[in-house]
Amino acid sequence: MEFLGLINYWIVIVLMMTGFYIVIAHDNLVKKIVGLNIFQVSVFVFYITMAKVEGGTAPILAEGITTYSNPLPHVLILTAIVVGVATTALGLALVVRIRDAYGTIEDDELENQEGES
Amino acid sequence: MGFMAVIGFAVARLRNLFAVVMLTGIFSLTAAVLYVLLDAVDVAFTEAAVGAGISTVLMLGTLALTSSEERVESTGGSRWALVLVVVTGAILVYGTFDMPAFGDPTAAIHHHVAPYYLEKSGQEIGLPNVVTSVLASYRGYDTLGEVFVIFTAAIGVLLIIGRPQFGRRRSHRMLVGELHESMRTNVILRVVSKLLIPVILLFALYVQWHGDFGPGGGFQAGVIFASGFILYALIFDIDTARTMIPARVTRIFLCLGVLLYTGVGIAGFFMGGNFLNYSVLAATPVSGQHLGILLVEFGVGLTVAAAMISIFFTFARQEH
Repeated sequence: MEFLGLINYWIVIVLMMTGFYIVIAHDNLVKKIVGLNIFQVSVFVFYITMAKVEGGTAPILAEGITTYSNPLPHVLILTAIVVGVATTALGLALVVRIRDAYGTIEDDELENQEGES
Repeated sequence: MGFMAVIGFAVARLRNLFAVVMLTGIFSLTAAVLYVLLDAVDVAFTEAAVGAGISTVLMLGTLALTSSEERVESTGGSRWALVLVVVTGAILVYGTFDMPAFGDPTAAIHHHVAPYYLEKSGQEIGLPNVVTSVLASYRGYDTLGEVFVIFTAAIGVLLIIGRPQFGRRRSHRMLVGELHESMRTNVILRVVSKLLIPVILLFALYVQWHGDFGPGGGFQAGVIFASGFILYALIFDIDTARTMIPARVTRIFLCLGVLLYTGVGIAGFFMGGNFLNYSVLAATPVSGQHLGILLVEFGVGLTVAAAMISIFFTFARQEH
């Protein structure tokens, strides 16, 4: 039973490592951003998992309910998601710009071009 | 959650970036469902609107501007990456043995400020949605910072890829060109979206002003509002959508939202309180808090919606 309580964390770790792997092992810049997104979502899931209280409900005050989940991580993650998409957009904009300037979005090709010039 | 892990692996393996982007959309939707199960309704709301909607559209836009196929490579470098990832993962798993079990009410996280928020916010702020109270009032500084980050990101996007358009004759080519043509002629899409768009916009307003009582608030409302416009631009015509809200207007709203938030904070100074202390804004502290939160959330909504719309149009305006 003790291990069941930790399984959420482990899946978070698996997700996080998947994202990490995509970021370091792939050369394609769009794929790297997708990897960062997966990494990000894993952190979100981690926070929300910690906020959950057994038998609790959503933190909207109502009569007759005494146990609520922790609202603080919800606040942090809710803003983090929107900030996340804004920064993703910024990253994608950079990718588009790099493609304009160098004609490729593969990391190693970019490096080669830099070596030649 | 297992489903999410499976999608994650699929994303890592797939070479077709188009499929990858679609999978990330599904990934986000699964995450949103998970958040509902974990009682985080506000978060689920945001994730569903952002992850499954706007970020997918932006990714597709980037693909249309670059290439949709990842180059296949056969380097030995990825084996080391795999080793590194497995080792890091193992260390993290070792770390979890000290973590409190899932749903444990005695975990450390539930014993500092969280009980205070849950017990006191009902009297001090007078709003049923604790998430909104914490977001806009107790941690108003944080939220102000987040709004500035979004503001800065939008400006960054405009600076990086918005510039070539200046002064030149505007290109009328759409980034999602082929997609766009088939969608424009599809009767079902047109009729359904025509019916849906007013509802989406209305719903955004509801989420905006009802965020104090139910799940919702400025962040979600802004994103939903923007997605209504983006849907219109995708299905019908990007130029018509642009004339409805010209670039200048979104830029003004972008600044206006941030200014409104900061202004409410500074108004606190003049009424004799601290920065972002809403209690002094009206006759009683509770109604002051109500007013403050309403205005601040409106500011957030304005900035988020304007940022999302201008980012989308900047991507859409690029020449292929």
